[in-house]
Amino acid sequence: MLPADDLTNRARNQFFEKRRKVFPRQIDGPFRRFKWLVMVVTLTIYYASPWLRWNRGPHAPDQAVLIDLAHRRFYMFSIEIWPQEFYYVAGLLVMAALGLFLVTSAVGRAWCGYTCPQTVWTDLFLHVERFIDGDRNAQRKLDDAPWGPAKIARRLSKWSVWLAIGVLTGGAWIFYFADAPTLFHQLITGTAPRVAYATVFVLTMTTFIFGGFLREQVCIYMCPWPRIQGAMLDEQSLVVTYKAWRGEPRSHGVKRQLEAASLSPAGDCIDCLACVAVCPTGIDIRQGPQIGCITCALCIDACDEVMRRVGRPPKLIGYTTEVDEELARAGLPAKSPLRRVLRQRTIVYFTIWAAVGLAMLFTLGNRERLTLDIAQSRNPVWVRLSNGEIRNSFTIKLSNMEERPRRFIVTVDGIKGRLWDESRGSDQSVSALAYDVPADQVATHSLYLAAPDSGPQQTPILIVARALDRDGGQAVGKARFERPEESQ
Amino acid sequence: MGEGKHIDPATGTETVGHEWDGIEELDTPMPRWWLLTLYATIVFAIGYTIYYPAWPMIGGATAGLSHWSSRDQLSAEMKSESARRKPLMLALAQIPVERLPDDSKLMHAAIQGGAAAFRVNCVQCHGSGAAGGKGYANLNDDDWLWGGDLKTIYQTIDHGVRFAPDPATRVSQMPAFGRDGLLPPAQIGDVAAYVMTLSGAARPGASAARGSLVFAATCAACHGADGKGNRLLGAPNLTDRIWLYGGDRETIVETLTNGRGGVMPAWGGRLDPATVKMLAAYVHSLGGGEKFVPDAEPQGEAQAEAGKVPAPVKQNASR
Ligand code: SF4
Ligand code: SF4
Repeated sequence: MLPADDLTNRARNQFFEKRRKVFPRQIDGPFRRFKWLVMVVTLTIYYASPWLRWNRGPHAPDQAVLIDLAHRRFYMFSIEIWPQEFYYVAGLLVMAALGLFLVTSAVGRAWCGYTCPQTVWTDLFLHVERFIDGDRNAQRKLDDAPWGPAKIARRLSKWSVWLAIGVLTGGAWIFYFADAPTLFHQLITGTAPRVAYATVFVLTMTTFIFGGFLREQVCIYMCPWPRIQGAMLDEQSLVVTYKAWRGEPRSHGVKRQLEAASLSPAGDCIDCLACVAVCPTGIDIRQGPQIGCITCALCIDACDEVMRRVGRPPKLIGYTTEVDEELARAGLPAKSPLRRVLRQRTIVYFTIWAAVGLAMLFTLGNRERLTLDIAQSRNPVWVRLSNGEIRNSFTIKLSNMEERPRRFIVTVDGIKGRLWDESRGSDQSVSALAYDVPADQVATHSLYLAAPDSGPQQTPILIVARALDRDGGQAVGKARFERPEESQ
Repeated sequence: MGEGKHIDPATGTETVGHEWDGIEELDTPMPRWWLLTLYATIVFAIGYTIYYPAWPMIGGATAGLSHWSSRDQLSAEMKSESARRKPLMLALAQIPVERLPDDSKLMHAAIQGGAAAFRVNCVQCHGSGAAGGKGYANLNDDDWLWGGDLKTIYQTIDHGVRFAPDPATRVSQMPAFGRDGLLPPAQIGDVAAYVMTLSGAARPGASAARGSLVFAATCAACHGADGKGNRLLGAPNLTDRIWLYGGDRETIVETLTNGRGGVMPAWGGRLDPATVKMLAAYVHSLGGGEKFVPDAEPQGEAQAEAGKVPAPVKQNASR
């Protein structure tokens, strides 16, 4: 009753289930061509990004995209992020999540079908497989064939190509974390750090296993995303649908001819199973929407080709929404795509997504590339000097977040006092201290501030750091000057 | 349940046989690779406990094939750290301590290292904030018994104060004027009254006036006629607001009666010169450090020191 390829038709009374191998057939069509394009674009971005150069002057790396873990810096074109600015990365992740929500509510599981790395690399591996083993039927035959020299040769060559792709994939990954040309040279000459080789190995193996063997199992059993996505789809979401009202009753061969002769209404589906044959996850879309469908749309290409051949209108399988499907069944025109996309849910997602993005852009554009952190010494809180004055001490951290050395002037507002630091004595006190901080570095200094002992127990003060260069800039920190209780 | 399998009609999958308000649970079989992965992790876990120390025994845990221990790991890390710091320690051993400020990088490293060494060796007396206590000098302030420039601080740490085993230690003596019968109690009271006027803690009076005469005859030899002290003798300045033992009348009388003679060990005997230099740099950086003023002859001395072969690192090189 249930077709053999039904994903959910499981062997009964079994503790585990053997995986049914999927041998998707090659197909050509508009969606396939679009997938090619997406594959080229995404893989190019992945492999080429680390090689892009970006001039940041002599004090910073010239790699456009670089996650410099050793120095705790993240470079992305003109943006440089310090660890304490990690909220920008968090913001990017929030945007990525919202972007996925937005895309899902607008065009369904497009992420799964076109751009997910699992999909892209599996697709790539499938093409390699077809190139070496032939198409669906040849692959099947080879799989059933007993092990012999020919089969071993084919398997070995297939796996080597897969492994080579895996090595390239893992290799490209580590280039994001170090200067790509240098690391490439090190990798080739065997002088790269061990962790680099280990990372390449791990990523090679995961690529090899996930792309070559686990494939749709990753989507169905390992990936959390389909479950979340399933919850986000509604009757307005685009999903790949088999239009049962058009296709049923399906029939083929003699039965179909008999039906045609008897003028009993035959559906458009000729039960050729082309849609099942091309499906990379091996499901039958005619059973309705299901978790195994990643909406890669290859079955649409396959069925359209069949429909053209049998002279029926295309899109027996097509991207459509539940609402449109109802309308179409009733013979009414579908809703305009614009109205479908611009509905409440997508607008809300888009608004939040854009708000996060704009807020980040705004703060990025206005952030001060100088920060001042102050830690007041509490041990001891105050020190009495020989002339009776009270001294407080502070540890200040001056971060020069620009990629050039800068000079900062540090002063104190809010109290009449004398200032000095760890490099001099109280007899050399000044009213302002100057520090040269190297490019992209933090300078830590002890600040000593002395004031007469008569005064309130706590005096609020401001410690101000000013940059002495063409763009200026300043950072202000609040602190307190503390006196002993008895001297009030 | 005896009456055979329940098969869910929609999915064709067997159910576990229970039913809650009409809801049944599917007994979906696991994918085979999933099960194999589970077994593989179990095998890995067993292998792991064989390779690493894991199983608790009565007298400890199994050592494991690797004989790994966190202690060994620590000592290996310490070793590599001390190897990493070797050039720094060498440079520190070579540079005369008063020249440290010329090399801001080295100075910075010395202060950091000194802070660490201070926490281990000095906090017991001087406190974790170096604020000292009664009888233990506060190292944050600008008052120094023996002097506050880098070289003098180094000397003090290196040889200690009144530390008998070190022949080069700093020595001086505040006599026990009362206990040893050098001054009668009345005169001690007068001197205390006078000393208090020096720092402005008390107003001059008849007692203080009498005390000033005793002071000039007895105390001025060390503390100076003006009471400003003498660093060569470690005699404290009595005119400032800083008191090692206390500036109230009672404490001053006690000091005069019983004398004082605090001791600091000579750290040169326990720590290597580089660490002592780091300690000096740290103490100097606490806000009271004074500038080093070369004497008439130190030029030759500094050169001689600079030319010296660095002493072998004794201990503490790892900190
Ligand atoms: S059912 Fe169609 S759209 Fe879904 S995964 Fe299979 S081929 Fe792709
Ligand atoms: S490809 Fe189209 S016609 Fe062929 S079985 Fe699938 S739905 Fe039916």
